[in-house]
Amino acid sequence: MDMNEIKEIFFQECEEQLAELESGLLKLNDGDRDPETVNAVFRAVHSIKGGAGAFGLDDLVGFAHVFETTLDCVRSNKLEPNQDVLKVMLKSADVLADLVTASRDGGGVDEARSRGLVKELEALAHGEMPSAHAEVAKPAKAEAPKPSDDSGFQPIPFTFDGFDDDVPAAKGSVYEIGFKPRHDLYAKGNEAALLLRDLSKLGEMSVGCDMEQLPTLDKLDPEASYFSWKISLTTEKTEADIRSVFEFAEWDCDLDVKLAAAKPSDEELPMVPVPFDLSSLDDELGSDTKAADEAAAVVATEAAANVSKMAAAAARVEKKEAAAPAPAPAQAAATAAAGQTIRVDLDRVDRLINLVGELVINQAMLSQSVIENDASGTSAVNMGLEELQQLTREIQDSVMAIRAQPVKPVFQRMSRIVREVADMVGKQIRLVTEGENTEVDKTVIDKIAEPLTHMIRNAVDHGIESPEKREAAGKDPEGTIKLSAKHRSGRILIELIDDGGGINRERVKQKAIDNDLISPDANLSDEEIDNLIFAPGFSTADTISDISGRGVGMDVVKRSIQALGGRISISSRPGLGSTFTMSLPLTLAVLDGMVVTVAGQTLVVPLTAIVETLQPEASAIHSFGATQRLISIRNSFCPLVDVGRILNFRATQANPVEGVALLVESEGGGQRALMVDAIQGQRQVVIKSLEANYTHVPGIAAATILGDGRVALILDVDAVVAASRGQSLSPEMSLAATG
Amino acid sequence: MKKKVLTVDDSRTIRNMLLVTLNNAGFETIQAEDGIEGLEVLEGCNPDVIVTDINMPRLDGFGFIEGVRRNDKYRAIPILVLTTESDAEKKNRARQAGATGWIVKPFDPAKLIDAIERVTA
Repeated sequence: MDMNEIKEIFFQECEEQLAELESGLLKLNDGDRDPETVNAVFRAVHSIKGGAGAFGLDDLVGFAHVFETTLDCVRSNKLEPNQDVLKVMLKSADVLADLVTASRDGGGVDEARSRGLVKELEALAHGEMPSAHAEVAKPAKAEAPKPSDDSGFQPIPFTFDGFDDDVPAAKGSVYEIGFKPRHDLYAKGNEAALLLRDLSKLGEMSVGCDMEQLPTLDKLDPEASYFSWKISLTTEKTEADIRSVFEFAEWDCDLDVKLAAAKPSDEELPMVPVPFDLSSLDDELGSDTKAADEAAAVVATEAAANVSKMAAAAARVEKKEAAAPAPAPAQAAATAAAGQTIRVDLDRVDRLINLVGELVINQAMLSQSVIENDASGTSAVNMGLEELQQLTREIQDSVMAIRAQPVKPVFQRMSRIVREVADMVGKQIRLVTEGENTEVDKTVIDKIAEPLTHMIRNAVDHGIESPEKREAAGKDPEGTIKLSAKHRSGRILIELIDDGGGINRERVKQKAIDNDLISPDANLSDEEIDNLIFAPGFSTADTISDISGRGVGMDVVKRSIQALGGRISISSRPGLGSTFTMSLPLTLAVLDGMVVTVAGQTLVVPLTAIVETLQPEASAIHSFGATQRLISIRNSFCPLVDVGRILNFRATQANPVEGVALLVESEGGGQRALMVDAIQGQRQVVIKSLEANYTHVPGIAAATILGDGRVALILDVDAVVAASRGQSLSPEMSLAATG
Repeated sequence: MKKKVLTVDDSRTIRNMLLVTLNNAGFETIQAEDGIEGLEVLEGCNPDVIVTDINMPRLDGFGFIEGVRRNDKYRAIPILVLTTESDAEKKNRARQAGATGWIVKPFDPAKLIDAIERVTA
């Protein structure tokens, strides 16, 4: 793993943290006051800051730091997370997300906005606890004298009088260092011998150990600290350098560093000066040092050789005891505790899905050849095959489930869009989401975000009225947009419901007339008028606003939904709001299809597109113009489309009476009767991309391999319908004829 | 013999950076995602040194350090805390909980290794 990969992980993690941050803030916004929610929010920002620091993403660190500081005020109950505070925080979360994106993909962010928010955040932190920010922002310099803490000892006051940190002492200065560790030093895992070792690296050193305090063995407390050391160090380093060796331990020892005026001389203490030899220390200590604590320190002095041996032996025993009840499960515990989810490279999952696809095809081929050889269908082979078929199907479903993801991240993104757009147009809007944990294939999730974003923008910009208008109409000035997801009959249903003014049908119709989409005298039902907003090149806003008028119309939304094998419809009630309903397949890897024959070719028609199938009677067929024919179904007319003709499988139209008509729903909710020669049956097929393996073919969505090993093309129903319209019908008439 | 380091951090990014840094420096690395898991993993892995974050879900760094220090078998293990420059107060709390030393985030690999060398034999 290199830094780039870790950076990739960092950005992935950022996405997760941002989602965590936003959902936490929204929970707080809903009145949740669980400290764990606040903690989670704080951690999310803290984590982003930590990682960003590691990669030198200074802008991100800077903003996250200010944000974190304010969150810390909330965490320590110094700032009440009321609506106003949360509004700033939600916006800050958005800016943080922008900064993450900018750090990943390059490009800038709205600096004025982020600067403004920094000010707002700082004001929040200052307002509630004036000194907090200043203290945190200032790097905590030098761990010099700290106020005494609760651990029951006084800090050692020392000054740097007469010394300047940055000015090295005269070459080869001699320092007298007194070092007396307290019990706490050892309790915190520090080790006198190691500190002496580090000190010895600064220069030439000799150490004397004072063992005066050592009691007799029967009175010896193995946990107590009895030794102190006198060190004489000749070094070019400064006093600050010497003290920095004791950086971790300075609270837990008496430390006295003096520049010796003269050559060091042995003092009245009964101690044995010994040259401090690092290598021999290491040899003697070996790996037992850690547990040995005081014992290790004793080793440093030759005088206490006997005690040392005893203690070292004791330490070894202790170590063995420690190691003994630690058998093999250690490693297992380490990995097992890692959590209930694993991360898998998407490529691996896709490969698995492809393989299962092959398996399904193979199983189908096998079944078919067995059936051909065993017409009775009762042999053991046959029964086994049936089980195999069931298993294959189950494996397939399970593999699909791996790719399934909750729609939550996409829904969460929407709440940000609602916030931003509502802010821009001065409306008050609440987004309510439902069924966020509904799962659908990752590809579908990835592709749904864009059309959904557009629809949300539209709903905020055009759907919900201004607070004044709403109040005038007797509604809550705060509008509500509800976004929900649920599973229904093997598809996912996403609904976007606003409680706005609904579609202004008069205006929509007028606009459609102005844009030559319908003829002025066209007689349209309410539903047909509502559906006009999906017509290409339609925009209802009188003035194209900054928000939704970005050259993308609802027709584009509709097309992207259809490209996913989905459908979208609208229903609207004037004054009460509109509901957009999207129905999407759960996966793009398999498809339930109807296998049909057209001019000797086998084609697959997606089952979701088919409303019904029927055998046309001669009396129901009516000619319309030179080539066009209509079929009358329950007193309404529906254009007949000969699939074989459209795809150029044959030169002339087939006789409808000899074939089967598939009634399909197409763009705009209109219906068409697709003529095919015969129906072979229904089956689930594995979708194989034509684009990836060959090239795009108009009218064909993809291909599949059937049980007998033949390739069958999957019909692109909408493209076929569109082609049939372009061939013979003018746009106005096609619209007037729909429904 | 390789020195064994137990790292406890909830951030995948930092965990990976620690892993790479420590492995490159020739340490054996064992990782945990929070204090609770840290204490679970500790039981049995018997590391030479522990590196832990402070802000973590379930059990934070302070609680984790106290847990280690309460454990008779493992209480002598040096514990280094990953902290940020601005957190003098946190550093103090970590020390009171029983931390041996600290490493300032964003950590510099050389400093991390240096700090580990300082507290281990």
